[in-house]
Amino acid sequence: MRAAVRLAAWVYAVAVYGFIFLPVVVLVLFSLQATSFPIPPFTGPSLRWYQAVLSDARLTSALVNSLLVAVLSSLASVTLGFLSAWGFARFVLPGSAILRGLITLPLTVSYLIIGMGLLVLFNWAGVPKSLLAAGIGHVVINLPLCFAIIYSQMGDHQINIERAARDLGAAEWKVLLMITVPVMAPAIFAGFFLSMTFSWDEFVISFLLTRFETTLPVEIWNLLRSGLNPKTNAVGSLVFAVSIVLVVFFELTLLRRKPA
Amino acid sequence: MAFAGNNSRALPWALVTPALAWTLLFFVLPFIAMGLSSLTAHEGGGFTLANYSQFFTDPSYWRAMVNSLEVTAIVTVISILLAYPFAWILAEQVPERWQRLALMLAVLPFWTSYVVRSYSWLLVLAQNGVVNRTLTGIGLIGEPLQLANTRFATVTGFVHFFVMLLTLTIFANLKQLSPSYRKAAADLGAGPVRTFLHVVLPLTLSGIMVGAFLTFVLCIGDYITPQILGGNNELVMPQLVMMQIGRRGDFPLASALSIILMAVVTIAYLACARWLKIERA
Amino acid sequence: MSAPLVDIRNVSHRFGQLPVLKNVSLAIGPGSYTILLGPSGSGKTTLLSILGGFVTPSEGKVFIRGADCTAVPPAKRPTTTVFQDYALFPHMSVGGNVGFGLRMQGVDGATRAAKARDALALVGLAAAFDKKPHQLSGGQRQRVALARALVIEPAVLLLDEPLGALDLKLRRQMQDELKAIQKRVGTAFIHVTHDQEEAMALADHCVVMNDGRIEDDGPPERVYARPATRFSATFMGESTILAGTVAEARNGIVTASTPVGPISLPGALTAGSPVALAIRPEHIVLGEAKGDIALGMARVDDVVFQGSFKRVLATSTLDTALQLIAKAPASATVQAGDTIPVSCDAQDIILLAD
Repeated sequence: MRAAVRLAAWVYAVAVYGFIFLPVVVLVLFSLQATSFPIPPFTGPSLRWYQAVLSDARLTSALVNSLLVAVLSSLASVTLGFLSAWGFARFVLPGSAILRGLITLPLTVSYLIIGMGLLVLFNWAGVPKSLLAAGIGHVVINLPLCFAIIYSQMGDHQINIERAARDLGAAEWKVLLMITVPVMAPAIFAGFFLSMTFSWDEFVISFLLTRFETTLPVEIWNLLRSGLNPKTNAVGSLVFAVSIVLVVFFELTLLRRKPA
Repeated sequence: MAFAGNNSRALPWALVTPALAWTLLFFVLPFIAMGLSSLTAHEGGGFTLANYSQFFTDPSYWRAMVNSLEVTAIVTVISILLAYPFAWILAEQVPERWQRLALMLAVLPFWTSYVVRSYSWLLVLAQNGVVNRTLTGIGLIGEPLQLANTRFATVTGFVHFFVMLLTLTIFANLKQLSPSYRKAAADLGAGPVRTFLHVVLPLTLSGIMVGAFLTFVLCIGDYITPQILGGNNELVMPQLVMMQIGRRGDFPLASALSIILMAVVTIAYLACARWLKIERA
Repeated sequence: MSAPLVDIRNVSHRFGQLPVLKNVSLAIGPGSYTILLGPSGSGKTTLLSILGGFVTPSEGKVFIRGADCTAVPPAKRPTTTVFQDYALFPHMSVGGNVGFGLRMQGVDGATRAAKARDALALVGLAAAFDKKPHQLSGGQRQRVALARALVIEPAVLLLDEPLGALDLKLRRQMQDELKAIQKRVGTAFIHVTHDQEEAMALADHCVVMNDGRIEDDGPPERVYARPATRFSATFMGESTILAGTVAEARNGIVTASTPVGPISLPGALTAGSPVALAIRPEHIVLGEAKGDIALGMARVDDVVFQGSFKRVLATSTLDTALQLIAKAPASATVQAGDTIPVSCDAQDIILLAD
């Protein structure tokens, strides 16, 4: 009986793993396709489509744009999120609960609607479509996330550490730089990392708010118009590889420290 | 709590104002703009309710909402049914030291680009894709099946994503459960099945509800998966919204449809708000 | 003792390479209140888990009511456990929690409710039947856990540090109640703790554990008055320990050489073996030597007022490594810095093989 349950569990787990990895395996496999269609039979291996991606100026500049937007918007999100979390955690402010609710509100609204709102506003105010506009949108979606992560980690323990520093004569800005930021570093880093991944992968807002210069997901979307194409496979596999490196790095640095 | 010193009143506001200003300027204000826009006519300015009445009177618009709700409901149910046993196996059957690795593997494709993930399913499900080639190859079917550009493809793409998301949340829920609950149930005479039904399942139910709601919200607002995998045969709400902007530049109608979509999500939230509260001893 | 209710025979257990129990044997009589006392890491909780069926020992056997229960799962053995964190099911009412074991046995709803109410009345919580666990205080949850375990009428009730999560006052109060409930139901209780006061207050059978072994085992009065080992003498209450070696052993009289000079006591040790002499604080006499054995002069380091008595810490002038702990009357005038003679009676010295 117990052995039967174990066997069924194994079969089920393998089936789900298969389902989860099927599209990824197909994607990577046919990115190595030698001929022009990423469909069976497999004719590779060849790296020609990777070469095609790396020599495509539109894709490489989109990649640089994506990185730029991700880094800058995440820096802005984490800075604004950290300062506001610090303010709300350390001081009694009138209407604090409502204001905190306001900051986290964008978390409950879909990206499409946030993008739509900004599009309507910018259109009305005459702000042209640009990477900056998309970056502003990315801060709107990531600021509440950074705020929530950092605010939830600011416990009484940290308050007392800061009090001790003030008690020993540290000025407010020194408390911030020498005590609060280092103590909160894991939460700040987690906020930054998540913002990076979400911004890096974000499509709808960038799609609505950029025009000529755009981000990688939008450029990949444009590639899709040409149907199934090994070049799309190659760029997708590259993006996947970057994500895996980031996740493994995150796993090894941040999460490793948790049990201590 | 407040600190002495002449900057004690200015400092806290200086800290929280930038974030608040950003939220007001780029989230609340756009929302107001969208609301106002939805009440104006596409051709030349004046106040009108036509954008809303169009939704309620035109059956093809209605149909998009019904499609959205149907797809979302199907995806949510299938994803939970697939993810719960999977998370349970990871949390209970896999040896402790392999669990982190097993979980990390199980959600690895979660971190790939969302657009690329949908495209990958297109490779699998296309007319001459992997599934059809395999099935015709072994002679199971004579003609390739129409898999891409169907509701089936949309649901498959969604389920793929949400199984991973729900596995993460349900796994966390199962691991949070104090082992002494299970021990206590076993000690009092409950076998594995009854321990699961009477103790483990009810205690993870609130977590499942949170995951289900998350699935609902993300699924009903998504444009990418239905556009890539479902195609234009059967529209869902986000496709309808994008269509107004793309083809006709009709911002007022797109705004109205967005607000209606958001209203539906809000109603769903209010309907299951009492389930989303997490009760702990 | 009549036939033992629980008979633990030569049980050893390892977690991986780490031995946590080393050849433990113990017999527990019916209706007794047994305390497993020891510091953390002593193996007491592992022993309780083996009794409850949550851990199968690497070696040895466990008999309960004469039946071999070594590998019997928790549900199938006549024991129930009160967990340290209580493990009350948060989604069930108090009545649902208490009735859970009966429900698993297939008892019908009405009988179940009646029995659950009786069990709750027994622990003084008759009114809590319809409440949820999170509406109760820590002490109340503790009682519900007790009722839930007792209602299925186990032969042995196992309690894992049941009072550990309660504050001191509530803990003392619950001690009295636990003892009263045990007397009323007559079930054998086996209770794990690291609190020696709790052990003395509750036990009629006290088992002192250290480093995976049983150091001492018997009625608490005996364990306190005549501890079997040096560990037992210092863990169950405090002691002054004089370390020495046996200089001479003749006619059942042992003469030990110690830092404060030779001391002769009745005993059966061989010459040359190391020895420890333990003296309880209340048996150390301060001031003009009234005891029949002089322990030399000592310099008082600290006097701590404890209400009904003063605890005196002193260092022997003969050997500064020798720390003395004494209990002086609250009216004593001894002060830190005083140098005073110390003595005791031969009958109060506990001779321990070291």
